[in-house]
Amino acid sequence: MKTFPIGGVHPSENKLSCGKAIEVLPLPDVVAIPLAQHIGAPAVAKVAKGDKVLTGQLIAEAGSFMSANIHSPVSGTVTAVDLVPNGQGIRQMMITIKREGDEWAEGIDRSETLVRECSLPASEIVAKIKDAGIVGMGGATFPTHVKLSVPPGKKAEALIINGVECEPYLTSDHRTMLEHGEELLVGVTILMKALDVKSAYVGIENNKPDAIAHLRKLAAQYPGVEIVPLTVKYPQGGEKQLIAAIMGRQVPPPPALPIDVGAVVCNASTTYAVYRAVQKNMPLIERVVTITGKGLKEPKNLLARMGTPIETLIAAAGGLPEDAGKVINGGPMMGRAMVNLASPVTKGCSGITVMSGRDAVRREASQCIKCAKCVAACPMGLEPYLLSKMTQKKGWETLEAQMITSCIECGCCQSTCPAYLPLLDWIRLGKQTVMGIIRQRAAAAAPKK
Amino acid sequence: MEVLLYTILTLCALGVLSAVILYFVAQKFRVEEDPRIDQVEKMLPGANCGGCGFAGCRGMADALVKNDDISALFCPVGGGDCMKAVASYLGKTAAEKGPQVATVRCGGTCEMRPRTNEYNGARSCAVASSLYVGETGCAFGCLGLGDCVVACAFGAIAVNPATGLAEVDPAKCTACGACVKACPKGIIELRKKWPKDRAVYVSCVSRDKGAVVMKACKVGCIGCGKCEKVCAFGAITVENNLAFIDSEKCKLCRKCVNECPTGAIRLVGMEPLPREPKVAPAAGAKPAGVAAPAPEAPKAE
Amino acid sequence: MANKLLVAPSPHVQTSQSTARIMRDVVIALVPALIISTVFFGWSVLCVTALSVASCVVFEYLIQRFLVGGKSTVGNWSAVVTGVLLAFNLPASIPWWIVVIGAFVAIAIAKMTFGGLGKNPFNPALVGRVFLLIAYPVQMTSFPAPVNEAFDAWSGATPLAAVKHGAAAGMFDVQDLLLGNMPGSLGEVAALALLVGFAYLLWRRVITWHIPVTILATMAVFAFVVALSRGAGEAALWQFPLFHILAGGAMLGAIFMATDYSTSPMTVRGGVIFAVGIGLITMCIRLWGAYPEGMSFAILIMNSTVPLINKYVKPKRFGVK
Repeated sequence: MKTFPIGGVHPSENKLSCGKAIEVLPLPDVVAIPLAQHIGAPAVAKVAKGDKVLTGQLIAEAGSFMSANIHSPVSGTVTAVDLVPNGQGIRQMMITIKREGDEWAEGIDRSETLVRECSLPASEIVAKIKDAGIVGMGGATFPTHVKLSVPPGKKAEALIINGVECEPYLTSDHRTMLEHGEELLVGVTILMKALDVKSAYVGIENNKPDAIAHLRKLAAQYPGVEIVPLTVKYPQGGEKQLIAAIMGRQVPPPPALPIDVGAVVCNASTTYAVYRAVQKNMPLIERVVTITGKGLKEPKNLLARMGTPIETLIAAAGGLPEDAGKVINGGPMMGRAMVNLASPVTKGCSGITVMSGRDAVRREASQCIKCAKCVAACPMGLEPYLLSKMTQKKGWETLEAQMITSCIECGCCQSTCPAYLPLLDWIRLGKQTVMGIIRQRAAAAAPKK
Repeated sequence: MEVLLYTILTLCALGVLSAVILYFVAQKFRVEEDPRIDQVEKMLPGANCGGCGFAGCRGMADALVKNDDISALFCPVGGGDCMKAVASYLGKTAAEKGPQVATVRCGGTCEMRPRTNEYNGARSCAVASSLYVGETGCAFGCLGLGDCVVACAFGAIAVNPATGLAEVDPAKCTACGACVKACPKGIIELRKKWPKDRAVYVSCVSRDKGAVVMKACKVGCIGCGKCEKVCAFGAITVENNLAFIDSEKCKLCRKCVNECPTGAIRLVGMEPLPREPKVAPAAGAKPAGVAAPAPEAPKAE
Repeated sequence: MANKLLVAPSPHVQTSQSTARIMRDVVIALVPALIISTVFFGWSVLCVTALSVASCVVFEYLIQRFLVGGKSTVGNWSAVVTGVLLAFNLPASIPWWIVVIGAFVAIAIAKMTFGGLGKNPFNPALVGRVFLLIAYPVQMTSFPAPVNEAFDAWSGATPLAAVKHGAAAGMFDVQDLLLGNMPGSLGEVAALALLVGFAYLLWRRVITWHIPVTILATMAVFAFVVALSRGAGEAALWQFPLFHILAGGAMLGAIFMATDYSTSPMTVRGGVIFAVGIGLITMCIRLWGAYPEGMSFAILIMNSTVPLINKYVKPKRFGVK
């Protein structure tokens, strides 16, 4: 069984909702659409207060190449384009739309019929993906058209589809692979065409044997597509870890990108969205969100429109339990704790994990006993104990020399620490600071106009 | 006896030999330094706090001796007297600068600014502020996790557990500015130090609109601009929904204090001006106590 | 929503393997050796161990309470581990007051002066043992023979001491060495029991195999080469290495002392360098040094190199050739 070469941990999987078919959530009455729900420049609003919009209509345009379009997930009236608190309580520009019915913009094929053939040239495929506003739906929200635009001098050799879903609890990719396997594989062939590669690998962790078997059976009809079962080990779904596991190549430290080793990685749900965008003209206006947690009455996978308040999703899963201690946007390893449950579902929201109070409270930290478990767990071969300590001492030069910028913030170190030290809390701060210093230095070194 | 003698002799010879070697090494690697640097360093306070912008007092002394124009250099800890002494020793002119004190510009105590969630991460304002809004609805206020306390080399700042806010002890504060740099929210400002620690300042840095401020905190600045109008010295400016009092221009006339509808302008060490008859007389020295929601609607935009 | 929601940066899961659980596991792993030792040397084994543990815990508590301040660290079981390990390094016939002095040196001098658990550069139990060995050499090297008195030929001297004074390594029965049927410190005699503890620690993921296996392998290879150069016969050629890894404190040191977290390197590669050093130094002392046993000295010497190893031996970085 293939896996990545260094470190890793194995947290309890807790895939409570893996057997639950995707349910369609009723349309929300009001949606809020953040203009910045992807990496890069925020989108620029194309509508103003009072405008009528249709479902699937472009409401905000990519602010630059490294940005993404945003479409209205419902039809109705724009009630505000203003600062609204996001899940972390920070005020962000959002377009608020009051829903009236469900009228769709023209040209969108909403049928379920499978369209296998795609005769478009690569450039048009990329253009369609860009128009549909597709970004990485695994959580990183990197605009997909940017990934597909291979910079000159570099060559993609293989496409890797990330169906690993190594985060505990989350099952949205798993269900998508099971229920939309055929469409997903068409999406794979479309992406292969866009990148002009002959081989594609779908990496799936071995705890999803049903998805592996299902896709293997279907993949027989798609030459060049191989399903690769992977060892259950976190962070198997990290982009760099996945490339190393499948292709045996290690992406060099930043600023190198996967394309430098000839790989392009795309999430499974994103691939399904690519199929819908290219074959059906369907923009990215809905996604599967796993609502899960041990205290929830009914953990489930919901197909929700973007902008739906997260509390609506929680209500659909039986409501927030009495003893809820923490609500996490994402999974427990990399997700962000929320303070504002009225905040909307966004393109990168793969799940909501509700933790009960007892599980949520961090255990009291004691002193470092130098057990080196964090060093053994780090999938990037870093020394978390040292990085955390040096951040507290503000030793920025040391941190840079010790490659803090390679940190992928997977959380292996902190989750494995027997002294319960907040290692990653500090490392993240150190990484941000060091990256700021590097940017400043680059700006100072750049020739002045 | 013989053994003893040999031991002593060997050790003596070894000592002499080492001394000779060390002497020559010291000669070879000697660095010529202006002796005045040592003198100036002795005149500086020796706190090595970094308030001057140098890593320590030695660096400052070096710069003071080497630069012809030292008007840009100032030791906040030693203050004007220390700088004058140094300048007269070096035969240069020192910068004139009045004493300053660090001021925490947030009045959002636990009562005034209700906690909406509980922070459970590493005890660091920098970590918390890069993660989310903070324990309250105000994205600008003091987080109370004490990055400033860690930064202060003089023990002059502490987080009061009752209010959840950082508080400066003016007697200990040297205005070195370490806390100003440490605060990720930019709440702490070095302001002019008046006798008896008197002060008038806007105890809020929220740039949110009035309605948002009112929802999160009872004593926040809503940017209504009343204080700006009443100020006779042009010391108050309102920008981005936030009033700011320039401590160099302010004369402590206290008119703005009574004008503020939310009590965001704080008065320290002085009695407030008597209120005009139509308003109920204020009791107590702290205007935070008269923070009854103002009848005036907050100015939008 | 009755309660306020908690907020913290990710990750939101923590291991159940706490410091206290790790230390408890080490104590559990030492129990088989304690039982075997009690069988061979009698009840005094349990008395010495209990006294050592109690003194270590009390010293740590008192120092924390009256000198260092802060929250008591006794609850993390590390003082218990030190106590058991110190006892394991003493002869069963040791006078009680020497045990207390050893515990004091281990906890007060070797551990708490450096800031307690995780900050001590040298293994506390070994510092205690070496201090006692130098301060009270007679009491520390007069070992009682096993209770069943089957081995009058070398009663009172450990197998290593006997070999040092000219006995052939081949005269010792491997079975006795494995079971601990020989004179020696409390815990070091029963190699088999220590190996059971090793298996337990591996299973509980408290330590990895790298350091113990490398130490023992280094010692075996070294002994083999020496035997070869001495022109030993075929039987002696394998008896000599086997004797060295089974006799004396080799097993106890390799499994329980060299793997001490704060005094061993942070990386696997560093750990291997550290372990090879321990193996070589141990064998040099055993073969050519003044003492019959060199494990404690070897570990302490290599402890002093750990900061250097940590500084220069880095883990294999992802993506760096």
